[in-house]
Amino acid sequence: MTNNKFLKSMSFKFTEENLKRIEQARKKYPTSLAAVMDTIYIAQEQNKYVTHEVMQEIANVLNVDPVDVLGVVHFYTMYFSKPMGKYHIQVCTNVSCMLRGAYEIWDKVKDKLGIDNLGVTKDGKFSLEEVECMGACGYAPMISVNGNYYENLTKEKVIEILDSLQ
Amino acid sequence: MENVKIVLPDINNLNQWDVYLSSGGFEGAKKAFSKTSDEIIDIVKKSGLRGRGGAAFLTGLKWSFMPKTTDKPKYLCVNGDESEPGSFKDRQIFEYNPFQLIEGIIITCYAIGAKVAYLYIRGEYHKWINLMQKALDETYAKGYVGDKMKAVFGTDFSCDIFIHKGAGAYICGEESSLMNSIEGKRPYPRVKPPFPAQNGLWGNPTTINNVETITNVPAIINKGWEWYSAIGAQKHPGTLLFGLSGHVNKPGVYELPTGILLTDLINNFGGGVPGGKKIKCVIPGGSSMPPLRGDKLEGVKMDAESLKEAGSAIGTGGVIVMDEDTNLAKVLARITKFYYHESCGQCTPCREGTGWMLKTLNRIIRGEATSPDLDLLINVASNIEGNTVCALGDAAAWPVKFMIERFRDEFEKYVKSSVVIPVPNKVHSMRKTAVPLEGIRK
Repeated sequence: MTNNKFLKSMSFKFTEENLKRIEQARKKYPTSLAAVMDTIYIAQEQNKYVTHEVMQEIANVLNVDPVDVLGVVHFYTMYFSKPMGKYHIQVCTNVSCMLRGAYEIWDKVKDKLGIDNLGVTKDGKFSLEEVECMGACGYAPMISVNGNYYENLTKEKVIEILDSLQ
Repeated sequence: MENVKIVLPDINNLNQWDVYLSSGGFEGAKKAFSKTSDEIIDIVKKSGLRGRGGAAFLTGLKWSFMPKTTDKPKYLCVNGDESEPGSFKDRQIFEYNPFQLIEGIIITCYAIGAKVAYLYIRGEYHKWINLMQKALDETYAKGYVGDKMKAVFGTDFSCDIFIHKGAGAYICGEESSLMNSIEGKRPYPRVKPPFPAQNGLWGNPTTINNVETITNVPAIINKGWEWYSAIGAQKHPGTLLFGLSGHVNKPGVYELPTGILLTDLINNFGGGVPGGKKIKCVIPGGSSMPPLRGDKLEGVKMDAESLKEAGSAIGTGGVIVMDEDTNLAKVLARITKFYYHESCGQCTPCREGTGWMLKTLNRIIRGEATSPDLDLLINVASNIEGNTVCALGDAAAWPVKFMIERFRDEFEKYVKSSVVIPVPNKVHSMRKTAVPLEGIRK
């Protein structure tokens, strides 16, 4: 029995409060599988990232096949299978942002943090991701910190924002 | 006529319940409940309202596909996935006019007989999801939606609205993929037919409309189809939210009647190009639509029919402007990288083709491409187009195909200075290690 992390230790359990939130999510849909996306979000909130163990627990709670959970987790870009930094920085470099200098912003952030795409700083404070269009094309270039948009940026402003994050 | 604003009226704090109600909010819903659902579908049909999600399909006609007699539950999906580069209009609705969207959903549910509506919003918009949820909770509390609707509207009809949060996949904007995403499956697009009106969410009749389309509905019911159909272009009436981005002085979302001149939109509303530069290229409807040459913009009108004549499409109304100094090869490679990243991987032509196009375009940027590579790109694009389950294949192929065709002179410049690499297989030749570059130069 080597490397069977799936069954060995099941230390991840949802908190009581989160179980109630999952129950709430299930009420929106006629099947429990449909609540899987909401449940993964809740799990990611609690555990910071989604491991096989977490997926197994999601499957148990929703009474669905773990493979269905795996298939969904791996499809989307907003579920992480490794721990991300305290501040997750996303830089959009898609066409509208690119035309207004997004790659300069991207290089600046990369240099400042010393990490590449999907990297995490050693102290675990920052992680970086190059993302596709975030829907801020008219306010380009932009970055997003933990999901909060910062728009109409310049290189100086980006450094200011990064410095302000403690 | 230029001041008509339907979706984003110039009213301060319209996102507050009292303000929305006092500026004629829910009048459309009240009128709707005094009519039969067939009458509402008829009004929307006559109004000529067309979908705002890209295909510009007639909304009333789409609604009429829903079966009248069925034992199955019916569903409405409202598409707020909005991931097309260049398109950022729906977030304005979530932020500034959420109640009109909710009112539109209620009327649409009544018209098609749906008891449940899912509002699908992309995961990145979590600020706007919270705003929308707040507006929805308030509407529930006031009894305008949910099981208290009888007391407010005096009707036996009731419906529920739920927000479904996406998780960062462009493909979920495709209607059948969106349904799979709501069902909690891997969001692969489905083969059509059967169409959603017969076999949609959990196999039940379903209608999918864009957020902006639905937000137009209350005004149409309230003010009548005659009023609506007189606005803008005859065959594509109403107003559109134009998202202006790229090289313009005043980018942003502008609500204007359809049929406005593209040059007017860029120069008068967008304030022209920074530095007074010339325009090289304009993508008129989001990154997947065929680009137009900057020297052929005169007289191009922004509505579905006129843009079709001009050789492009209205898409989502996201106008991306590029000035004369733009490197189109880099732009095209970036657009292709997006589709390569977002291809769901279900159909081979799209999954493989987008990668091949990206590799070839990167070769052009590196200065290692030759003129026949341009034909190769058009060839690959033509083999993706129409050979995939959903329209993402077309969306990836069109920019490549039309940009190279229309800017051939430009692309020839990029490949002219290239080194000729004598390897018969073009795709493998891009592997830098295959042939030492220095050897060839000698």
